[in-house]
Amino acid sequence: MKACVIVFPGSNCDRDLQVALRNAMGSEPEMVWHGDSSFSEVDLITVPGGFSYGDYLRAGAMAAKSPVMREIISRAKKGVPVLGICNGFQVLTESGLLPGALMRNANLKYVCKDVHLKVEASDTPFTQGYSDGGVLRIPVAHHDGNYFANDGLLDELESNNQIAFRYSDSDGELTEDANPNGSLRNIAGILNRERNVLGMMPHPERLADPTLGGTDGKAMFSGLVEALS
Amino acid sequence: MSDTTSNNPPAKITADIIKSHGLSEEEYEKVLEIMGREPNMTELGIFSVMWSEHCSYKSSKKWLKTLPTEAPWVICGPGENAGVVDIGDGQAAIFKMESHNHPSYIEPYQGAATGVGGILRDVFTMGARPVANLNALRFGSPDHPKTRHLVSGVVAGVGGYGNCVGVPTVGGECEFHESYNGNILVNAMTVGIADTDRIFYSAATGAGNPIVYVGSKTGRDGIHGATMASTEFSEDTEEKRPTVQVGDPFTEKLLIEACLELMATDCIVGIQDMGAAGLTSSGFEMASKGGVGVELDLDLVPQREDNMTPYEMMLSESQERMLMVLKPGTEDQARAIFEKWELDFAVVGKLTDSGHMVLTHKGEIVADLPIDPLALASPEYDRPWVPTEKSVEITADTITPPDDLMATLMQLMGCPNLASKRWIWEQYDHMVMGDTMGIGRPGGDAGLVRVHGTDKALAVTSDCTPRYCLADPKEGGKQVVAEAWRNLTATGATPLAVTDNMNFGNPEKPEIMGQFVGCIEGMKEACLALDFPVVSGNVSLYNETNGQAILPTPTIGAIGLLKHSSKAIGMGFVDDGDSIVVIGDAPENVRGHLGQSTYLREIEGREDGTPPPVDLDLERRHGDFVRNQILDGTINACHDISDGGLLVSVAEMALAGDKGCEINQSDKTLAPHAWAFGEDQARYVVTTKHADQLVSQAQAQGISATALGTVSGKNLSLISHGGVSLQDLRTSHESWMPDYMAE
Repeated sequence: MKACVIVFPGSNCDRDLQVALRNAMGSEPEMVWHGDSSFSEVDLITVPGGFSYGDYLRAGAMAAKSPVMREIISRAKKGVPVLGICNGFQVLTESGLLPGALMRNANLKYVCKDVHLKVEASDTPFTQGYSDGGVLRIPVAHHDGNYFANDGLLDELESNNQIAFRYSDSDGELTEDANPNGSLRNIAGILNRERNVLGMMPHPERLADPTLGGTDGKAMFSGLVEALS
Repeated sequence: MSDTTSNNPPAKITADIIKSHGLSEEEYEKVLEIMGREPNMTELGIFSVMWSEHCSYKSSKKWLKTLPTEAPWVICGPGENAGVVDIGDGQAAIFKMESHNHPSYIEPYQGAATGVGGILRDVFTMGARPVANLNALRFGSPDHPKTRHLVSGVVAGVGGYGNCVGVPTVGGECEFHESYNGNILVNAMTVGIADTDRIFYSAATGAGNPIVYVGSKTGRDGIHGATMASTEFSEDTEEKRPTVQVGDPFTEKLLIEACLELMATDCIVGIQDMGAAGLTSSGFEMASKGGVGVELDLDLVPQREDNMTPYEMMLSESQERMLMVLKPGTEDQARAIFEKWELDFAVVGKLTDSGHMVLTHKGEIVADLPIDPLALASPEYDRPWVPTEKSVEITADTITPPDDLMATLMQLMGCPNLASKRWIWEQYDHMVMGDTMGIGRPGGDAGLVRVHGTDKALAVTSDCTPRYCLADPKEGGKQVVAEAWRNLTATGATPLAVTDNMNFGNPEKPEIMGQFVGCIEGMKEACLALDFPVVSGNVSLYNETNGQAILPTPTIGAIGLLKHSSKAIGMGFVDDGDSIVVIGDAPENVRGHLGQSTYLREIEGREDGTPPPVDLDLERRHGDFVRNQILDGTINACHDISDGGLLVSVAEMALAGDKGCEINQSDKTLAPHAWAFGEDQARYVVTTKHADQLVSQAQAQGISATALGTVSGKNLSLISHGGVSLQDLRTSHESWMPDYMAE
């Protein structure tokens, strides 16, 4: 598998994602600077977390207009898998690759902690390392992770099985307490209709190494390598 | 200051203007002597900030000089932007702690945010990638009407900056005491990692070499910040809001990346961030260290606002700016890097051999100052001081025992100073950069951060027990250092060095100066006894409002090294059946010391007595023993005993591991409350699967070690005193802060 990590000014999880991909792939992912409108053919494009352009205007809004995004949108339309994590998810919604929006957390505070996620769709390259209904523990770290869409869109996401992960308790129950940011229907990650674009607020790359306190994030990267190699 | 900012025509320097610049009459006499003439406004402003307490350490340097600063592993001690210690394999840890107290009280969000930004720059300006942030926060009484607003703003500011630059905030402390009602403390620390052959210093050398300004543009924010930080507060504090700087963490992130990219080349001669006193301070320090002169053309300084005067440009504390001296001919290579990161880059002058700083503006010379006389001849005072009066020792038999020991434990675990600070640290990204170890997240004895790409890890902590320092500055000073050393030791790390952040009241008062002198004496003894040199630091004086001083607060930030991260342990109980052992509880060390304890304050409503004495020889022996047992794998969890005493330590270990225990009062000669809540020093609670071996090895070294009980179940039970469920304990411990902030 060949993969790349897009780097915007203000990205700060680019290296974390690079390490997780390297460990899974056994080779180096390509780091792509935001100003480059072309980059090599890859099997996976990843958009990392951080504060692209300082999150000024709106989280992800400026990055969505950068030269590299035009290329990403074009490749996504051709079916290349795109994974956006945290700020990457925000960039993908702002650029229209994913529906809905990420608003300020319901309690208006930044939140960094481990959360549990219930796997809702394991039939994608991103999630094939997990099983439907399984529960994983990985962290969130964001100020704007409150997923919003109108009821019609939410129903559509559900009926198309586009919800990849929901916030749950450790038993997989979708409780209000388990929802760290007020996301509607406990949505933590969604797919596009074609299922080749995944955006998620939680950070699988942060718990893919036992020294860091857990390995539940690892299956995402090993699953991707398996699916795309 | 608006009436004094004009430089053209030169304003007449009146006694009022001198006073408003914080200079005494004697100091102004010295100005006249150095200049050989009356200074103009710009020059006076430069003297004012350079000789401010904040920049010159004029009240403190006589005493700071007495601290031990050397060890074989110290690469660079105090005097540079940050301290540098060797961590092996050609790598160094670079770190410092700095206060941003006054600005944070006036404007909590920006004050705290720019405190974080400033300390980050001190570290990356030396060539290190910042890898960990910590912060030590002290607020007024929770009942004080401003406290909630200040907590909320400071925490949001620390997080807003650190989260955006992408450096994990892995530890710190937060306490409340009424002495901080009008003067909170925000002490921020950054730790970075560099290669030992790529450390950058601030000395500017080579006449003719270009001086380059990079980063954000200069605006009118923060003018006179350093002078403000050097005076007491009064009711007109609100008027000082414009002296607080505004931070932009996004620019800082770009500046980190651009500087580190440039530092990988061979372009830089010297580099210094523009912190307190901005362009003035960085220019003078670089030139003075390198023994050169400076010519700056202020028209070339990137400016955010129109019609800025030389006075404003030289005194602005706009954030996210650096000054560099480059090797001639490398300007274009350097410029390309900064342009890629969309940052300003301007050659603003050159080094000369004149020994003077000459500033030009619109073609005219607007200031001409001799560098060394100004930088090196800054005043040094031997302020009069009186020793702190000795307190009367309180013995446990004079304190009425509580009816229910376990109910008391619940109360202590939920009191403001011992309650969980999760509400705070969950607002900080403590995992970004992918090296924060699972057992080293906030809430433990020390933060643990793996050195990227290696098996090594750094342990980092910050500590202070101000009430001890008030009651007995020398013992308090010893205790601060000893506790930081214990916290690092408890993870298995070898303590390396400290940074000190000395927060005190008005040094012109002999009793305050006496606190300062006493704390320094104690710190010195402890640093010597524990091989724990001071490699960087910061002094914040005049922490008073309307004449009321804060508790003496010499915050210590410290780092330690683990050669193998896999050897590190946390404080949470690990397995049911593990034995719980207390190390260092010999009767001659442990008297159930309740004077100045958390118990005395929270349960009896008293803050008196002597603090627990610190026996540095015992600290050393007990700590070295514990560390060796951790590295040998005998101990699988460890927590030092500090605020709240033994039973609080056990409760914290139970909550961290989510496992209960059954324990017994190990020393029946003590009254139960003295045994449970006494704050005697040099002690650790550990768990092990090899209790007999551990105890006998301790005894072989003359160290007392006593079995307390066993890890088991979901209750914390103390034989003859009943038990509490972990769930109730957790509720008490976790609910105070969120409930308080939600009110």
